[in-house]
Amino acid sequence: MVTISIDGIRTVVPEGTTVLEAARDLGIAIPSLCHNPGLSPYGACRVCIVEVKKGERSTIEASCTLPASDGLVVITNSERVRKNRKVLIELLVSSCPTSKTLQDLAANYGVNRIRFAIKDKNCILCGLCVRYCKEQMQSGGIGFVGRGTSRKVATAFGVTPQECRNCGGCEWICPVCERACTAANLTNGLCGGCQNLMHVETCELCVHCSESVNARGHRVY
Amino acid sequence: MDQMHTINEVKQATEFVTRIISAYSARPESLISILQDIQTQYRYLPEDILRQVATELGLPLIQVYGVATFFRAFSLTPRGKHSISVCLGTACHVRGGRSVMEEMERQLGIKNGETTPDMLFTLESVNCLGACALGPVVVIDGSYHGKVSSGKIKKLLAEYSKETSRSKK
Ligand code: SF4
Ligand code: SF4
Ligand code: FES
Ligand code: FES
Repeated sequence: MVTISIDGIRTVVPEGTTVLEAARDLGIAIPSLCHNPGLSPYGACRVCIVEVKKGERSTIEASCTLPASDGLVVITNSERVRKNRKVLIELLVSSCPTSKTLQDLAANYGVNRIRFAIKDKNCILCGLCVRYCKEQMQSGGIGFVGRGTSRKVATAFGVTPQECRNCGGCEWICPVCERACTAANLTNGLCGGCQNLMHVETCELCVHCSESVNARGHRVY
Repeated sequence: MDQMHTINEVKQATEFVTRIISAYSARPESLISILQDIQTQYRYLPEDILRQVATELGLPLIQVYGVATFFRAFSLTPRGKHSISVCLGTACHVRGGRSVMEEMERQLGIKNGETTPDMLFTLESVNCLGACALGPVVVIDGSYHGKVSSGKIKKLLAEYSKETSRSKK
């Protein structure tokens, strides 16, 4: 067992636990995209970054690939983390503006501008589909092809391989393959529409918190 | 030899690949070395052969394909006998690398990245070969030619095509 401190809370976790898992066990919210509890850690999207204190200095690290070790001091929501994360989300949205998951992430973390050129690649190379296919389906139907800016997820020679079990898991797990967000047609590549402007149905106990973010059509049922 | 046509050739290729693979004791970790040997023999990696490699190594085809598309040393399309790399890095660009490339394209009648129909030359660009002082640099089959001007290109190409026609006799 190792003892670490997350946001000032001391916690004892089994060896091999990642900081992301330890934080989530404590109920601390850290966003993630390329992490899935059933798949090996990958560390591709970087939105799960946290600040690790090392004496006077501190470093920014991806919590999903950072193993908890004795005496580790982690801050999950510092100014520095928030600032860095916003840039990361900006980069992700700019490479895939039609993803609802990404637009929601942007809305939730207060990203209100995209300073990068929008190039819709329809994939953020998170590797979830590739790992799902390999680790959960033992299939290996799809994989990464090419490298650098032309790296993409594909099948060999562009044909469905005999290994594919037609499970549909690769589509299911993808944070991008979903009902397309129309954000690409909006100025500056951001929408935030689903978060703030859609009809929100609430229960009788609703305290109308979302009115503070300008929810239209807010209604008690 | 560049495209396998006859049944005999296909059979030969299959045996050749099997031989290479057993030379590496069919270890999946030797994938890159195996592909290198195949690339050396055929100057590209034919689809049928990649499929055979995947089957014999017990790997999913995509894994073999992923490696084959990752490294620049591998090609999935047939390559010419001689490979020409024209440097378009910063230093060479300043010294006229662009016009060397244009002249190459004009004389060979192909575009950057293509192969001549007679399968003699494949033309490519690179970004800095670490010999900037010699720029513009052109590398043909691993030998460096520095300070290449548009005028020199004709001679250079003639040398290589001559050598080929001589070796054919
Ligand atoms: S549908 Fe095919 S390619 Fe996709 S995860 Fe399943 S087995 Fe893999
Ligand atoms: S296709 Fe989807 S799941 Fe696969 S790497 Fe791209 S974004 Fe991730
Ligand atoms: S969830 Fe940690 S890097 Fe993607
Ligand atoms: S720029 Fe051509 S060798 Fe460096």
